[in-house]
Formats: sequence, C-alpha cells, structure tokens
Amino acid sequence: MSRREEERRRALFTRRALLLGAGQLGLLGFLGYRLQKLQLEEGERYATLAEENRISTRLLAPPRGRILDRAGRVVAANALNWRVLLTAEQAEDVGATLATLSRLLPLAEGEVARIERDIRRRRRFVPVVVQEFLSWEEMARIEANAPDLPGISVDVGTTRTYPLAEHLAHVVGYVAPPAEADMDGDPLLSLPGIRVGRAGIERHHERVLRGRAGTVQMEVNAVGRVIRELDRREGVAGREVRISVDAGLQKAVRDRIEEGTSVVVMDARNGEVLAMASQPGFDPNLFSSGISAAQWREWTRSRATPLINKTTNGLYAPGSTFKMVVGLAALEARVVTPTDRLTCPGHYDLGDSRFHCWNRRGHGALDLRGALKQSCDVYFYEVARRLGIDRIAAMAKRLGLGVELEIELPGTRPGFVPTREWRTRQGKPWNLGDTVVHGIGQGFYQLTPLSLATMAARLASGRAVQPHLTQAIGGRPVMGARAEDWPSLGLAERDLKLVREAMWAVVNEAGGTARVAQLPPGLGALAGKTGTTQVRRVSREQRERGFRVESQPREWRPHALFVAFAPYDDPRYAISVVVEHGTSGSGAAAPLAREVMVEVMTRLRPPAAPQAGGAAEAGRLAEAPPPARGRP
Amino acid sequence: MTVFERRLLTRNRGPGLLEKFWLIPWGFVLLLCAIAAVGYVALYSAGGGSPEPYAGRHALRFGFGLVLMLGLAMTDLRLVARLSWAGYALGVGLLVLVALHGQVGKGAQRWIELGPFQLQPSELMKILLVLALAAWFHRAGEERIGQPLFLVPPLLAVLLPVGLILKQPNLGTGLITLMVGGAVFWAAGVRWWKFALVGGAALAIAPLAYERLRDYQKARILVFLDPESDPLGSGYNIIQSKIALGSGGLWGKGFLQGTQGHLNFLPEKQTDFIFTMWAEEFGLVGSLAVLALLALVVIFALLTALRCRSQYGRLVALGLGVNYFLYVFVNIAMVTGSIPVGGVPLPLISHGGSAMLTSMVGFGLLASVHVHRDTEFGAGGD
Repeated sequence: MSRREEERRRALFTRRALLLGAGQLGLLGFLGYRLQKLQLEEGERYATLAEENRISTRLLAPPRGRILDRAGRVVAANALNWRVLLTAEQAEDVGATLATLSRLLPLAEGEVARIERDIRRRRRFVPVVVQEFLSWEEMARIEANAPDLPGISVDVGTTRTYPLAEHLAHVVGYVAPPAEADMDGDPLLSLPGIRVGRAGIERHHERVLRGRAGTVQMEVNAVGRVIRELDRREGVAGREVRISVDAGLQKAVRDRIEEGTSVVVMDARNGEVLAMASQPGFDPNLFSSGISAAQWREWTRSRATPLINKTTNGLYAPGSTFKMVVGLAALEARVVTPTDRLTCPGHYDLGDSRFHCWNRRGHGALDLRGALKQSCDVYFYEVARRLGIDRIAAMAKRLGLGVELEIELPGTRPGFVPTREWRTRQGKPWNLGDTVVHGIGQGFYQLTPLSLATMAARLASGRAVQPHLTQAIGGRPVMGARAEDWPSLGLAERDLKLVREAMWAVVNEAGGTARVAQLPPGLGALAGKTGTTQVRRVSREQRERGFRVESQPREWRPHALFVAFAPYDDPRYAISVVVEHGTSGSGAAAPLAREVMVEVMTRLRPPAAPQAGGAAEAGRLAEAPPPARGRP
Repeated sequence: MTVFERRLLTRNRGPGLLEKFWLIPWGFVLLLCAIAAVGYVALYSAGGGSPEPYAGRHALRFGFGLVLMLGLAMTDLRLVARLSWAGYALGVGLLVLVALHGQVGKGAQRWIELGPFQLQPSELMKILLVLALAAWFHRAGEERIGQPLFLVPPLLAVLLPVGLILKQPNLGTGLITLMVGGAVFWAAGVRWWKFALVGGAALAIAPLAYERLRDYQKARILVFLDPESDPLGSGYNIIQSKIALGSGGLWGKGFLQGTQGHLNFLPEKQTDFIFTMWAEEFGLVGSLAVLALLALVVIFALLTALRCRSQYGRLVALGLGVNYFLYVFVNIAMVTGSIPVGGVPLPLISHGGSAMLTSMVGFGLLASVHVHRDTEFGAGGD
C-alpha cells in the first residue's frame, strides 16, 4: 500500500470516525435530555408516585367508650382479648410449630386446616390468628414455651364485655360486626374486627361510643412488609356514657321475676329509668365473640322471645290501670265533679248490651275516689260514655300512652290508643259500646310497660317527664336531670291530687284493691292501681257454670298489671309491673311491685337529708355549660 | 517465537517496557477508577449501606481487572494482531460450548463455569470480533474494500457469533454485536450503499425474525411500546425505574436515602438498574456527572483511534469505543424507559464478575492501542 493510499485511508477513517463519534455523543446527549426530563421536569410527579409506593396508611381503632351505671359501675367495658398469631415466614415448619402448639393449647378439629388456608391466602409475613380469647394461664404457657414455637406470637386486641351479662342486655344492647346498612361513611367501619352497636344504648349512642379513627403511616417495601412507622395520629377514644339504671337494683329485680314479666322503675321527678327488667333475657357477651347459628336460632325462635325487651316492645291492654286517665279526662272536661256519685248495681246497660262490673254484686253509690279505690267498672263505663273516646285518647297521650317516647332504645314501640278517626279510617263505625269498654282500659289499647311507668311518673310529678337513660356523655351531664327541665302537663293540681289520693287509698285504705302492696313502716306510703286484662273472652255460658281462671291453662289466664309511685307525700319513684298470665293485678303484680319498691327505696335511699343528693346534683349542673335540649 | 515474528520485532522494536509504562494513559486509568468508585458507592447503597454483599467484591474485582488491563496495555499490539483470528476462533468455540453445556440463567444459556469464575462468552466475543475484523481490514486498501467478495468473509465472521448469541437466546447482546461489527465495517471504509442494502434486507426479514423470538423477548418489545399496559408484569421494571429516577429530582434523596431502591421497588438494583440507584440518591446532578464520565471514556476511545498510526489500532480503538458506548447507551436508555429492557449491565458500575472482566480486557486493549499508537506494523499493512 502506497503512502498516498495509506493517507487517503486514514483520512476516510477520520471522517467516518468523527461522524460516528458525533453520533455517539449526540445519543449520550439524548440520554442527558431524558434524565433531565425525568428528574427535573417530571420529578415532582415521580416523587409523588414514589411516596405512594412506599407509604401505606392504616387506621387505628380507638377504644370504644365504656358504659357506666348511675353509681359509676361499669356495665359495658373493653376487655383485653389475648390472641395467638402465627407468622408463616418466621416458622421454619408451620406443621411442626402447630403440632407443638397443640400440645399446649388444644386446637379444635379443622382449625389446623383453617390456619393453613389463611396462611396460603396471605403474604407470608402477615400473621394469621390461631386462636382468640385465651385465658391468662394459656397465655403464660405459650410465653414460657416461646423458644420451641418459632413463628408464634401473642398479641392483644379488645373485645366488648358486659359484666352484668343478661341482666342489662335489653338496656345496654350488644355489638356486632357492621353490616352493609351500618356503613355511614366512617372509614373506621372498614377495619377488621370492628364492632358496632346493634341494640340498646350501644346502638343509640353508637357515634358517641365509637370515637374517631387514628391513622398510622407506615413505610412499606415492594411486597408490603412494614419497614418502620413514619407518623402516628392517635384517634379520639369513644366517650363514656353514664346511664341512669342502677346495676344492683336491675339485677335484684330481674332475679325476682319470672319469665314473661316486665318491671320498669323510673325516677318520677325527671323520668330517669332506674331499672328496666324483662324476662327472659340473653347474654350479650356471646355476640362479642361471635354467636353460633344454633344459639341465634334458639333465641329468635323461642316463644319466650329472649331478645325482645318486653318493657319497650311488649304490648298489653292496660286494664284498670287506665282508669286514672279516664278519671282525669272526666274531671278536666267536667263531665263529673269530685263529689258526683254514680251507682253501681254490678252491671251497666247500654241499649241491648249489658256490661258487667268485676264485682257482680255491685259497689253501690261511688264518687271518683271510691271508684278508683275499688276499681269499679260501672262508674267508668258511664264516665267514658259521657266523655267519648277522643277526649280519653287525648288525655292518654298527654300522660305518655300511645305516643313515641324519648327513651334511647332503638325499636321501642310507641303503643297504641284508638280514636274515632282511626276507626273511621278502617272503614268501621265507632260504637258507643266501644267507648264504654275503653273506659276500663280494655279494647284496642296496646301499651308498653314503659309507657305505663311513664304514666305513673307523670301522674306523680304533674310534669311531662320523658323516660330516658342517658345521664352523662363523656362526663358532661345531659339535659333532663332536674324536674324543672320538664314542662308541666297543664293539669289542674286539684284533679291530680284527687287521683293520687285515690291511688293511695287503693293500697293504704280498707277496701282498696291492692292492700297487699302496702309498704313496711318507715318507707312512706305507696300509691298505685291494679289492672287485670283478659286475653280470652269469657262467655256467658262459662260464667254461669262457675268460671274460675285458676283452672284455665296458663296462656289463657289474664295478664296482671300494677302501676304505682312512692312515697306518696313526695313522689320519687314510679313503677309499672306486667305479669303475663299472672291472673290478677292484685294477686300477682301488686305484691311484686311492693317488693321491688322496697328494694328501690332501700338501695337508692339518699344518704342523709332527702334532698341532699338532688341539691348536689343541681349544683354541679349549674356549673356545667348549659347542655343542648334533647339527648343525642 | 517464529522467524517471522523475530524479524518483525527486530525491524521495529517499538517502545521499551519502561517506556511503555510511561506511555500508559494514566488519565484514562484515573477516569476508570472514578467510574469504578461511582460503582462502589452505588453498590454500597444497594447493599443496604454496607460493603456486603456487592461493593466489597466490586472493588476487589476492579483491582484484579486493573492489573489485567495494565498488563494488556503493555502487550505488543502487533502480537495481539497476530493472535486476532486465533482469539476469534476461541470465542466462537466458547459460544458453541455454552450452547452445549452452559448454565441456564434467566431462561438463557449464557454462562460458562471457569473454575470459580463465570464467563459470559458473548461479552468476550464482541471484543474478539473487533480484533478479528480489525486484523482483516488492516491489510485492505480502498480498492480491496470496494470488492464485494472481499467483504464476504468478515460478514460471515460477524454473522456466525451473532447467530450463536441470538440462539442462546440473548437478543440485546446479539444486536449489540451486530452493531459493533457494523461500526468496524463502516470505519474501515465500506460504502454507504452497501449498508443501505444490508439494512434494507434486514428490515425485510424483521417480521419473520419477530415470529421466531422467544415469548419474553416479544413481551419486552411490546411492553416497551406501552409500559403502563402491564404495570405489575413486564412493565413493572420500567415504571419502577422511572419512578425511582424521577423522584430523585435535581439533588437526589441523599446517599443511602433512596427509598425506591432500599425498599426493593427497584428490580435488579445491583446489576442492570444500578444507574437508577445512583440517580435516585444523587439526583440529576449526580446522574449527569456520571454520564459525563462515561462520555469521557467514549471520547478517549475516539481520540485514541484518530491518533493511532496503524489501521489495526484505529479500528480496534474505534470498535472497542463503540462497544463500550453501546453498553452505556443501552443501559441508561433502558433504565430511563427509552428502549426495551435489554439486560445490559453498566460497565464498571454494575455488580458482576464477567462484565467487569470483559470490560477491563477491552480497556486494556484500548490502552494498548494508545501505548502503541506510533508503532509501525510491517510493510504498509501487509
């Protein structure tokens, strides 16, 4: 190759090499541009994506607010729930670990398969629950053997417990995992293991008790393992709710009553419910740990309806306990005067129909006081005829019967008091005979024991007190603790006085129908009224053959009712008792009411001066900022 | 030593050993040390803030590689030229060996066990091909280059290893080998229109070739066209790399502070995606600085080629420069989501013994061209 040729070759190489080099540097420049675009222009966007990549926000469940009784005793608490967890990643051999564990903690059949399934479904570093609700001994045994149990850990969650079990179940309610309908947009409800109130106070005050979720921000890696905690915002714990029920009294009352009996004790001055007993009940603790299908079937299918609170959902005709309503309506409408006497011959004739008095021999001439005291039916047949059903119904509603009450128990039934208009809507005429029957509390009435107790409290106080349970939320008293919080019924004091005195006579005067309810000396006087309501019609034929209820099957016997307040001089407590198929108000309900009232007065007797407790309460209320009217 | 060789050496002894030592491009060696240091820092971070398991071994390998490189730098280039075709034959033999007995890594037969070392013959093959082609074209004047028949043997010499590499299958390295070969053809003076002819033919058979690709290779190409289409599958790597890079911003998150890398969102962070690791922690400033260092290597290769007096040396320097450039370009273009993921490491920065070994061999030969830039080869390229 000549020198010239070599030089030409080198020149060609140089040209092409420079071209190639320029191309290479151009492409490297392109990479620089790409980097600039990614890291500078779009850097912020990718920074956001990176944060999303690595930060996982989790919710923290706040502790649910406790529920206390009026004395501060805990009736709904959060217990520690010790759980055994298994982290597959840390266990060398899941099967071997479970085998070792089952020697310390017997595992139910099928549990091992369930655990292994759970492990397969989750990432290997996510712990799965092996068993919940361990006892302290079981815990200790596992902790002591920890070195032999790789992958096993113990952690603690919370579960709702009800120390009074079935005694307060109808009032406090229970909690259960949220259903679709409970989803109110609170992200807390999506947490696994969360429970919401399903009945009673737990449900009514759900928002108060639940609190607000906290959040914790975790740094996670590509497979979701938590590396560290970045930020923690504690939630707001649920507020404590204090209710007016006295747990000791409630238990004592429930222990005393049989299946099918309801007792409501209220503070007559302000409507606070002190005891609310319905038999049979159920154990709300079973809901916390997950109730079995069999148990649920048993409860829902039982004729005794243990899940139903009969004091708020049981519907009964009031019978003679309604006579105070008719009497007050009559006095207000001036269809009788307190001194007007009507004669009872033992029956009352209206056209072709004859209505009997419970006393076939008749009561003779009676004024209103005497008619109430002896529970004369004929007197009230006549008074009802003079009044008409609508004036009776209006008075009933003023006294809290057949209307929605403000009690904080979801599902409470308002009950029912008929009116002429209601009957017309049904396309049927309202007959005078209907009015007469309704004068003695029979007929279409459907009233709850709670409303009867409310009636007794309103008669005693003359105020439109509402039955309620909430005393304080988060330590702040709610409105309604003082008598002055409640408006007057607007009834003439003279009329009320007469009815109260008659009720006193029922218990404390010779010839009264509930002499058995007289309180022992030193506790003041009880004033009440009996009621007996037929559940089956007694035919004339049966009557003539010498009908005796005692010989009837139990479910055919009449219900026994009693409403009362005490002490007569300074009414503080109102009570209603309904004994299903108790045969007679004076025989079954009145003695029970007496026993309960003795229990109430001995348990809740104010320490020294009768007003001391009330005054202290009032003083405390005065300091607190004025709470909003109405209960949350 | 054969008679021919003795004659060659006595006629032009070239520089002496001490002189050669002084002629070694120490600036270039320093540059390589700087790049390897970048690799050490990035691998230290990839190891979770520890020299284990990557950075320490990286430094050790670079040390060995440096000795090998300096040794090669002082090896007479004429000897290298003489052994070019023997080396080529060895490379092809290794490729065949891998095809028969190689370890299966990531679905491809690429590795060969050499005692404690793993060798990826396809990497070595690119260097050996450059040497062989340079030897072939060293003798060729303009006239001979113009003869189509003269071009057939080197063309076959390119296609044989490319075919073996594609068969492994390793699409990325196969294409890079083809491009490196093409660059030598180009620098040797082959006409434009011949490239156009071959390129046109290649385009014509491309659809057929695509059909023969393995599923994962097809997936790479498809995912490249739309990475978001499969964010948790094949596109995951590209997206996560872009997130890590982009979130680094201008100044980066700081040494050991790169969240995406440390939390394992970044795949293969110690090998193919090591640049991302670096760029996340040191930002645009850091990534452009490294890019500048890498560009200096490319420029050094180009200058060495231009300065060399022998055609063999020129072609070797240029070919090795292009080879290095393609590593860098494909890797960074890959991590920035500019081209399909290719599984190409970043020389001297990525973790891996085979890549380090072959890179240092290449740099050693490049340095040798530099050392022997004025050495005369026989009589006018005979």
